[in-house]
Amino acid sequence: MNNTENNKDWLFEITPKNNFFSLNFKEIWQYRDLLLLFVKRDVITVYKQTVLGPLWYLIQPLFTSVTFTIIFNNVAGINTGTIPPFLFNLAGVTVWNYFTACLTGTSDTFKANANIFGKVYFPRIITPLSVVISNLIKFGIQFFIFVFFYIFYYIKGANLTLNGLVVFFPILIAFMGILGLALGMLISSMVTKYRDLSHLIGFGIQLLMYLSAVMYPMELIKDKLPQFGWLVSYNPLAYIIETSRYLLLSTGNISVLGLLYTLVITIVLFLIGLLVFNKTEKSFIDTV
Amino acid sequence: MKDIILKAENISKQYRLGQVGTGTLTHDINRWWHQIRGKENPYLKIGDTNDRSTKGNSDYVWALQDINFEVKRGEVLGIIGKNGAGKSTLLKILSKVTAPTTGTIKCRGRIASLLEVGTGFNGEMTGRENIFLNGAILGMTKKEIASKLDEIIDFSGCERYIDTPVKRYSSGMTVRLAFAVAAFLEPEVLVVDEVLAVGDAEFQKKAIGKMQDISKSGGRTVLFVSHNMVAVKQLCNRGIVMEHGKVKYDGNIDDALAKYLEINSGDENSHKIIYKVDESKEAQILSVELRNENEHEITEFFTDQDIYIHITLRNNSYEENLRLNFSILDKYENLIFINRRALDFTGVKKWILKVPNNALIANTYIIGLALDIPKIKLLDFPQNKLGLNIINLTQEEFKDGDVENGFFKIPVEWKM
Repeated sequence: MNNTENNKDWLFEITPKNNFFSLNFKEIWQYRDLLLLFVKRDVITVYKQTVLGPLWYLIQPLFTSVTFTIIFNNVAGINTGTIPPFLFNLAGVTVWNYFTACLTGTSDTFKANANIFGKVYFPRIITPLSVVISNLIKFGIQFFIFVFFYIFYYIKGANLTLNGLVVFFPILIAFMGILGLALGMLISSMVTKYRDLSHLIGFGIQLLMYLSAVMYPMELIKDKLPQFGWLVSYNPLAYIIETSRYLLLSTGNISVLGLLYTLVITIVLFLIGLLVFNKTEKSFIDTV
Repeated sequence: MKDIILKAENISKQYRLGQVGTGTLTHDINRWWHQIRGKENPYLKIGDTNDRSTKGNSDYVWALQDINFEVKRGEVLGIIGKNGAGKSTLLKILSKVTAPTTGTIKCRGRIASLLEVGTGFNGEMTGRENIFLNGAILGMTKKEIASKLDEIIDFSGCERYIDTPVKRYSSGMTVRLAFAVAAFLEPEVLVVDEVLAVGDAEFQKKAIGKMQDISKSGGRTVLFVSHNMVAVKQLCNRGIVMEHGKVKYDGNIDDALAKYLEINSGDENSHKIIYKVDESKEAQILSVELRNENEHEITEFFTDQDIYIHITLRNNSYEENLRLNFSILDKYENLIFINRRALDFTGVKKWILKVPNNALIANTYIIGLALDIPKIKLLDFPQNKLGLNIINLTQEEFKDGDVENGFFKIPVEWKM
């Protein structure tokens, strides 16, 4: 009798197993300052002791887009319609970069932070969340360069019309981030035991890019390679990139069905990622 | 009942030995297969106790087995034990770094753990930025840190370098800064591993002083793991002695420390030497052993403990001048003390020699024994000698961390 009464006023218990989907928002809220400090650390340490500083964020997408334009549009002859190929590629690359940055940044959460995680407790999800947020800042800077070139081409008289639906663009980016986070959590959890995956991820991302309609319109691959086109149409990333271009440049199609499919996949992946992540965080330090 | 702040019930932790790699997948699948059929994890039934020196017959060991204890609010609990006794594993579980295999820990307050100072320090960031980052990692909010920032900087003594990246700091400065952050943590329960092992003697003193403040004036509960017996004795009012993943003793700190010494010497067999009987010798030393006042066999003594040396002798000679030479040697076997006694018996007899407490200064000694007839012959002079360790607990000789402190305490007087 006495015992059951007493059990109520324990502040918390440490037990062998977690509830599967327990995402302790209260705890994350308590540690919100840590989240912000991690973001700050990620952002400022990148350009400390560099001359160009945050400008480095801009160089990578610019050069990638130039290369893509030369190879895929000028050499291979991919047609981007009335849209300047460089702008077409820049839009795809910028959005795609956010996904890869989130994925690679979160996929070694446990391995890279083993020395911190082994010494002190805080909700582990803070770390991948901080990666997604700090990359959002990086994305913001990169998006700025897109806006710059958009205005540049507009003044030069290119046929650019802004789609009214562009107000939904942040939602798409949020999806991109959540997808990256979900896959990152899943992979980082599995990497603690099976290191094989960390070898896979590097070239896996490369291959995935070619399946994600980054440097070609989705229509094109269905036309030219009907036997592989279905692969792209099962890739939720392709829909996000295709839709982003539709919103920003009014090119390509918007597929409601595809977006619904993306929504479902994102939610399912996020829940699985969370489940595995929660299960791993309790005792990964023994296997990492 | 209300004042119990933390309660550990049946805590056990199992580890898998050897490489994590081949076989991991099959074990995982087997475990999962048992789980979906609602059966118990098959690997929990096996496993050896945690004893690193013996060869086990299982791939699984129990680093902790059925740990139960309660901690009251305001108590300072010292957890002591040899290397590998499971102390750090217990602290890791308490600080939620890893989960127990079985059992639960219930707590009525926030636990902050200090298993290392400077966790998450980033070399590229300045001292000030690192105070905020490290503080937040340890569970403080930005507001809390900001309100204590001046005190932290002052305590660390790094004011001049506070806006310089930490990678330019000397290692000592980094530790000072890190400890300063930790010292201003204000959780209900503080879990501390051997962080005091870092830094110079002055800093250690400062750190211990700060910990005393935390527990005494703040009324906070502290769980403290250390090999530093002096620190444990100064800080703690209760001790838990662990051995092979189990709690061997739980009670007041002095008894716990004595128990620790008993356990510590128990299995190494270095508290006694039994010499082979050699009938060709007329007289012989048969055995020598160290015991404390309660007749427990130990190898390490605190300075405030009496040392009892049990010597068993055999004498078949009728020589009159036969005597035993008892000597204390330093660690290089230089003679520093000798005492002799005539063998006034025949047959086998045991003598007990008492070295009073506080006579010897904490150091490593060797006990030398010999049987001789003065200036005529040496009857027995065993080369295999017994070691004697004396640990400093509160001796003033050690308070400034000097290494050389001599051997004897002599009541000297100063005049001017």
